[in-house]
Amino acid sequence: MAKAFEVANTYVFRRASLSKSFADRLGRKLFRALLTLQGLGAFALITLGVMLDKFNVARSVIHPRVRHEIHRAGVALVPMFCYVAVALGFLVVGQTVSVLAKVGATDYLGSTMVVVVVRELGPLLTAMLVLGRIGTANVIELGTARAQGEVEALEALGIDPVHYLVVPRVIGMAFGIFSLTIYLILGALASGYLFAFLQDVALTPGDYFKQIAEALSWLDFALLALKAVLFGFSIGIVTCYHGLAQPLRLEDVSRVAVRAVTQGVLICVLVDAVFIMLYLVT
Amino acid sequence: MSETFIPPVLEMRGVNIGSLRDASRPAAEDVNWSVLAGEFWVVAGQQLSGKSDLLLNAAGLVMPVHGSCRIFGCDTASFGEAQLAERLRVGFVFAGGKLFNHLTVAENVALPLRYRKNLTAAEAADVVGTLLELLELTPFADSTPSNLAANWRQRTALARALALQPELLLLDNPLTGLSVRHRHWLQHFLDRLWRGHEWFAGRPLTLVVTTDDLRAWRNPDRKFAVLDEMKFTVLGSWREVESAQSRSVKELLAEPVETTI
Repeated sequence: MAKAFEVANTYVFRRASLSKSFADRLGRKLFRALLTLQGLGAFALITLGVMLDKFNVARSVIHPRVRHEIHRAGVALVPMFCYVAVALGFLVVGQTVSVLAKVGATDYLGSTMVVVVVRELGPLLTAMLVLGRIGTANVIELGTARAQGEVEALEALGIDPVHYLVVPRVIGMAFGIFSLTIYLILGALASGYLFAFLQDVALTPGDYFKQIAEALSWLDFALLALKAVLFGFSIGIVTCYHGLAQPLRLEDVSRVAVRAVTQGVLICVLVDAVFIMLYLVT
Repeated sequence: MSETFIPPVLEMRGVNIGSLRDASRPAAEDVNWSVLAGEFWVVAGQQLSGKSDLLLNAAGLVMPVHGSCRIFGCDTASFGEAQLAERLRVGFVFAGGKLFNHLTVAENVALPLRYRKNLTAAEAADVVGTLLELLELTPFADSTPSNLAANWRQRTALARALALQPELLLLDNPLTGLSVRHRHWLQHFLDRLWRGHEWFAGRPLTLVVTTDDLRAWRNPDRKFAVLDEMKFTVLGSWREVESAQSRSVKELLAEPVETTI
């Protein structure tokens, strides 16, 4: 009995020791997360300030860079998004339409599509794909430029690094994600119907799109646009912050890229949660 | 007869040099130094002695930890967007060039011009063409820096720094990694800039270079200083350099040790 008590005591003691170190680690992580949030907030405000303050500065240099970034984060990704839209339509939308038709619940088709594809899957999936494809490239490009001293060289030439490197990327990302979200939603809805049609679901294209149109309100359009732009802005800020804000060595760049992608996903999910609250309230 | 006072181009008083690598630790302490218009200064020091940080402080790109650093009479501590015009009177050539790798040589040279003067590529093309010709870079105009040898990267960095026609040019270790022919070419070109080049309409340029080899800059018309163990010492002319007794100066004057394998 005494032996058993001793063992139990030891166990409790071990647990206590473990939980102490766990709390310590958790505290450190939380503190670091708060510092990162503070840094990201400050960086976002600086970028917004520069965007407004230098709207007319060096247009002949900045505007082509903005166009280039829109092309990179938008136009160049259209083929990939066509493929994803068709896949999403076949895998999710088509099956949903087919199941709803089987159970005779086609009346709910419009509202289901709006909630699943327009409000949630479309913007979030677009943001994740652009984060992986362009966000990572952003961190690596900017991190390498920072590590090789190009930022100091810009400052020496009187060129604001935030204006030259960050503003075009953030604008490009916001425009790109907004446009690609629209393409993805339209493509997924259209290919989804095609899949349902192939499965002999008794629903005409007119009825299908009429139901979706009736389920949409002006608020859906406004919030969808705002959400897509906010996703783009957040991803642009997170990736540029990690690439630029701190002195880096070349060997740090890959580690920072991983961290930026993780934080990008977290922030997009947080933004999405805020919008879900907004939808629930309205 | 009244004499008008011309402030030094660069003036440091009791400056503790701020470091780019470690902001908490000064690279040099109590630096007192004046550079007058038209002078050619050579600041020598061993590797990691803080020469680059000294130049970055002098250009207003890194703030001193303590003391006052003035460029054309304007304190660098008060540098902001409004004082940008003063800061751009100083040109900076980084060690290794630090060129923008996503741009071609011509685009690198054009960037400061286009950004500061809001010019299109076509509008800046004439000036860029002249600069590339001056520095014999025309054949490499469409190459990216990563495809160039160090010799040409250094010239591109110099062309980029000259694009805005600065009045004071700071060059960090400009001879490092250059072949003998390019070293001679660069020294001759800098000498022409200092005496008055057609690019500056004959106006003499004030120059400060850093080096870890004093012998390469031997010239009676130049002024010399040494940075060693966080201490900045003004030596004066070449004669003073030769007669200096300090170990650091002797090391910087020493012939490189030849080794055989």
